[in-house]
Amino acid sequence: MTPRPASAMHMDSAAPLLDAIDRQIIVATQSGLPRVARPYHAIAAQLNLTAEEVMRRLQQMLATGIIRRIGAVPNHYALGYKANGMSVWDVPDERVHELGEKIGALDAVSHCYHRPRHLPAWPYNLFAMVHGRDRDEVEVKVRHIAELLGTADRGHTVLYSTRILKKTGLRIT
Amino acid sequence: MDALDRAIINNLQGGFPVCDEPYREVAGRLGTSAEELMRRLDVLLENGTLSRFGPMYHAERLGGGLTLAAMQIPTDDFERVAEIVNAFPEVAHNYAREHALNMWFVLATETPERIDQVIAAIERDTGYTVHNMPKREEFFVGLRFEA
Repeated sequence: MTPRPASAMHMDSAAPLLDAIDRQIIVATQSGLPRVARPYHAIAAQLNLTAEEVMRRLQQMLATGIIRRIGAVPNHYALGYKANGMSVWDVPDERVHELGEKIGALDAVSHCYHRPRHLPAWPYNLFAMVHGRDRDEVEVKVRHIAELLGTADRGHTVLYSTRILKKTGLRIT
Repeated sequence: MDALDRAIINNLQGGFPVCDEPYREVAGRLGTSAEELMRRLDVLLENGTLSRFGPMYHAERLGGGLTLAAMQIPTDDFERVAEIVNAFPEVAHNYAREHALNMWFVLATETPERIDQVIAAIERDTGYTVHNMPKREEFFVGLRFEA
């Protein structure tokens, strides 16, 4: 794979290059950590590395943000969060950064992004994924976001998912 | 799901330690044994309560391309188009949503340049316009699902 292009977002522009050993560690761990007493030793043995080397590189990738976090990913459906609404907002471009930070900080929001509009079909530039046990709970959370945005909310809607057509996740090889 | 399962889910959504015996360290905090913690994780993964356990990698920082794209597909053509779109290995997720733009998918590619090629191929193969909505900025979220 190639490094990030110069046009990459400022927050990603310091992305360090990964070497072949980092890639091996990523491939060996992207589907999960083994449930054994010494999981990093197990990965190291599989890759013919020392456990210290594996742990040092994982710490490094955590520090640089290549790894977002290490832990469990709950299936929100299985936990009873059956309603998943993609709330989308038309806010002034010059305020999208400030407002995105504010909305992303809410407990109910699992993802929050600034994305381009596609006028006239799509006037929205701020996306916030909202989860709830049912649609009523999502609607309450969306109203709370609308109150926070005040007059900056020039229009919004919520897109509910009706079906998962495909879900394989991200994989590198 | 009992109190220990809930404690595992609520406490392990991040911050799993990088050390010789990480399960033992976490188990100590949760008042259980490493063996019990590993057994519980196995069960929660097997029954689908957890979708995975391990490092979560930041796709773009691995050097690849990532984007969200949407299409407007007439109901009577939806299944045919879904099949074509899903057949692209670069399509990581695809959701049907209630809106005029009713098909939303995530593209993940080996290189950033490849995104435009895949979008062009999807437009050619399906005959519909793809609206590309790459993120311009990602805002920090403290995602925690309470079990």
